[in-house]
Amino acid sequence: MRTYAVLLRRELTCYLYALSSYVTLAVVVFLLGLGWVSLLEAFNGETLGAPLTEVFYDTMYFWLVLLVVPPVITMRLFARERSAGTFETLMTAPVGDTTVVLAKFTAGFLFYLLTWLPLVVCLAVVRRHIPESHPQDWQPVASTFLGVALLGASYVAMGCLASALTRSQILAAVLALAMGLTLFLVSFLRASVGTGEGWAAAVVNHLSLLTHMEQFVRGVVDTRPMVFHLSWTAWLVFLTVKVVESRRWK
Amino acid sequence: MSPEPMIEARALTKRYGRHAAVQEVSFRVQTGEVVGLLGPNGAGKSTILRILAGYLPASGGTVRVAGHDVFHEADAVRRLIGYMPENNPLYGDMRVGEYLWFRARIKGLGRAAARARVAAVLEQCGLTEVARRIIATLSKGYRQRVGLADALVHEPRLILLDEPTIGLDPHQLRAVRERILGLARERTIVISSHILPEIEATCGRVLIVFAGRILADDTAGNLRQRLSAPGETVAELAAPLAELQAAWAGRPEVERLECTPLEDGYVRCTLIGRPGVDLRPEVFERAVARGWKLRELSRRQQTLEEVFLRLTRQAGEPEPEE
Repeated sequence: MRTYAVLLRRELTCYLYALSSYVTLAVVVFLLGLGWVSLLEAFNGETLGAPLTEVFYDTMYFWLVLLVVPPVITMRLFARERSAGTFETLMTAPVGDTTVVLAKFTAGFLFYLLTWLPLVVCLAVVRRHIPESHPQDWQPVASTFLGVALLGASYVAMGCLASALTRSQILAAVLALAMGLTLFLVSFLRASVGTGEGWAAAVVNHLSLLTHMEQFVRGVVDTRPMVFHLSWTAWLVFLTVKVVESRRWK
Repeated sequence: MSPEPMIEARALTKRYGRHAAVQEVSFRVQTGEVVGLLGPNGAGKSTILRILAGYLPASGGTVRVAGHDVFHEADAVRRLIGYMPENNPLYGDMRVGEYLWFRARIKGLGRAAARARVAAVLEQCGLTEVARRIIATLSKGYRQRVGLADALVHEPRLILLDEPTIGLDPHQLRAVRERILGLARERTIVISSHILPEIEATCGRVLIVFAGRILADDTAGNLRQRLSAPGETVAELAAPLAELQAAWAGRPEVERLECTPLEDGYVRCTLIGRPGVDLRPEVFERAVARGWKLRELSRRQQTLEEVFLRLTRQAGEPEPEE
């Protein structure tokens, strides 16, 4: 546990030291800002039936951040250590493979959450400008953040696995992006396959990230997507541990 | 010598696919010994050290470090070992003190112990003045010392250094060598290198590794004698070519003689003697007796490459295919 804390701290400071982290943060702020602008335009003068969060998630910027940011923040986690050789010094210290993987995953996930923080400021602005008689419901906002965290955990875990598989950071990012896009594009099958009957439709509807987020932005906290994302994350982290261990039996 | 060896390797084998990097290697290292693994690049030195450090598993055979199996009791072994891998990989984005603190902590030292040990190794490795510097900005010599400090920070009983002096200038090399010698008094050390004088300067015992096998295991002194045994004696003499050749013909201690006349009237003779025979006094005496002028007389030490080739031939090994 102590080793985990030490490793986690190291990974987090590594994010703070890297210029790429600040570039990532800047890009995310820019994208979220664009989303925010389109949201303000949607509300400009008219009354909308939909809650704030629903309008926001519907912009492409939201998905862009979700798809692109995790591969960028996770690509270095294992790949860079492998290519620099520091993986050897790390793994010959008395640390467990699982501890290393968990620390790296947690660091990536925390940094991912950090990139979403600017949204909180946006919410503060909203709060300031809406009449006190019609306060913004906090539940859909909270459940939206829950959705962002859950989907993010899946995507960060995919990035970890991709990074553990290769010593090239670029390859790791491309691999993570490919996995992430595949999962995302499955969502669009709900309009075709998903309308049918049988197991294929059921699978597609369960896997649909769009459906998951639709529920979260409306303030519906369904356990099914939660279980899906948590178990998917756990499975990917487990696979990453196995990949890291694989040098022992290769 | 303690009854339990610090390292005991038995029939150690490591295969990468069909290629065997290490084949059936067995050796023992007693507590307090300083052992050098000497061999050309690709001989299997790094693989042996990686297995000892518990980074790679062996394909066959067993290794025990202080009685612990390196594969089944990896954590216990890692606590006993300070390992500096080849090329000394470091986190370039960290400061020296911060890096050593991080390493001390993941090696299981508590806060107070880590603080004390980091201060001690900074002092010991001459890093105090660069403790606040970012590692990526350090010179190679300093980086090497950081690697050494990391290997020492948890007071390991066994220190494994893979090519610790590679790429250092003579001054830095000397400094690192002296630090290793300073450590040798208290700990067991295994160093790998492909440079013979390097190993000779630091190690009491040398294992010669070639093509995944140990070809020789001896003290540095004995090995030096064996390795420099036949050698070549080079003499430049002012004498008629025919007379020179006649002088050495039929002598049993001279295996081969080559004479090359030089433009200025001297003849450059290369004599290869029988093992264990030093031809220099005889060449001198002969030159004096016949009144030949002698302007150079030297014995060329065999290069490591020649030593390896000879040793491999002795071991009945096929030539390595590269």
